[in-house]
Amino acid sequence: MIAFSLFNYWIVIILMMAGFYTVIASGNLVKKIVGLNIFQTSVFIMYISMGKVIGGTAPIVTVNTELYSNPLPHVLILTAIVVGVATTALGLSLIIRIKEAYHSVEEEEILAISQQEDESE
Amino acid sequence: MLTVTAIAVVRFRRLFTVVMLFGIYSLLSAMIFVVLDAVDVAFTEAAVGAGISTVLMLATLVTTGRHEKPSRRHPLLPLVVVTMTGAGLIWGTFDMPGFGNPEDPVHHHVADRYVSESPKEIGIPNMVTSVLASYRGYDTMGEVIVVFTALMGVLSLIGIRPQKKQPPAPPENRTTSRPRPVLQVMAILLIPFIILFALYVQFHGDYGPGGGFQAGVIFAAAIILYTLNFGLDDAMFLTPPKVVLRLSALGVLIYAGTGVISMLRGGNYLDYNVLSQDPLLGQHLGILVIELGVGITVAAVMIAIFFAFAGRTIKHPV
Repeated sequence: MIAFSLFNYWIVIILMMAGFYTVIASGNLVKKIVGLNIFQTSVFIMYISMGKVIGGTAPIVTVNTELYSNPLPHVLILTAIVVGVATTALGLSLIIRIKEAYHSVEEEEILAISQQEDESE
Repeated sequence: MLTVTAIAVVRFRRLFTVVMLFGIYSLLSAMIFVVLDAVDVAFTEAAVGAGISTVLMLATLVTTGRHEKPSRRHPLLPLVVVTMTGAGLIWGTFDMPGFGNPEDPVHHHVADRYVSESPKEIGIPNMVTSVLASYRGYDTMGEVIVVFTALMGVLSLIGIRPQKKQPPAPPENRTTSRPRPVLQVMAILLIPFIILFALYVQFHGDYGPGGGFQAGVIFAAAIILYTLNFGLDDAMFLTPPKVVLRLSALGVLIYAGTGVISMLRGGNYLDYNVLSQDPLLGQHLGILVIELGVGITVAAVMIAIFFAFAGRTIKHPV
């Protein structure tokens, strides 16, 4: 029973680690952003899992219902999603600028180019 | 299934596939949110994750190219780090309370009060909206300002390209608006309903799932659909960037202004009880107005960010 009740959190951790792996192992900046987004979604799922009450319904008042899920995590995550897409857009626009400056979005190539520039100065 | 998609996202090198899979991943997580009773959140995730961020990532891919180059670094070290972190976290979960138990500490700090008192104090059925807009009004105002700031960042980095300078290209050269009759007719049929639905979500947020954030995103999706089908020039004629930018500031102003008005009427900042003779009516009015502010800002910011990205990609055809 304890294993089943923690199943959600384990999925969250697997997703989080998948995102984390993408961020540190991938050299492509766009893919790093996708990895960050997966990491972010895993946190969302964790909060929403905490807010769930077994036997409860969605937190909208109706007659004949006594038990509701916790509305507070929902509020936090609702705003976090919208802020998340805004920061993603900011990251993507940074990538576009990097592409224009270095003609590459691969981390290693960018590092090589900036090293060359440092040496030539 | 979500895990499989996530791991597929990690493995694929073709970035187009990665982005498409990421859209599917968002939709799947939205379904999980519905199962976990978070209907408002699912709404937002479906509109934002599967809609807007996929479009933005595709727009970036046009500039940056579709393929990831194989990395020369060995993947073993990151894998070890990740496995160790994951193992540590799983060990940590054994101290967590079980899933879905109503006795959990999370449900008994302020949440109790929100659930039991908000119908009486705020007078609207959707608790998520009343917590969002009234109890935690400061937080939400902060979030709106963060979204607005992100727009400022995007604009200062890439900016919206003025479209009117060059003479309109002859029709056969305009890559953006090739005649695509099926798509265009479908878009014309769909867009009014999308906008109508956005308005419904905006003003029905007190009673059902919905609110300013979701409505703003859905409204922006309608404009983005129009742009994808008819080209950027036409869309900028329809919603001029200048107007969009003003609107995004106006939304923040409406939100903050509501707080100032409630101060002027003798209450605390963002205390809606004083907006009307009857506190419940005041709450209702306050929530309606600030949700409108949120909706305007979010829609305008999303449209402006999309214009900025689209303007870039047309300049760099690959």
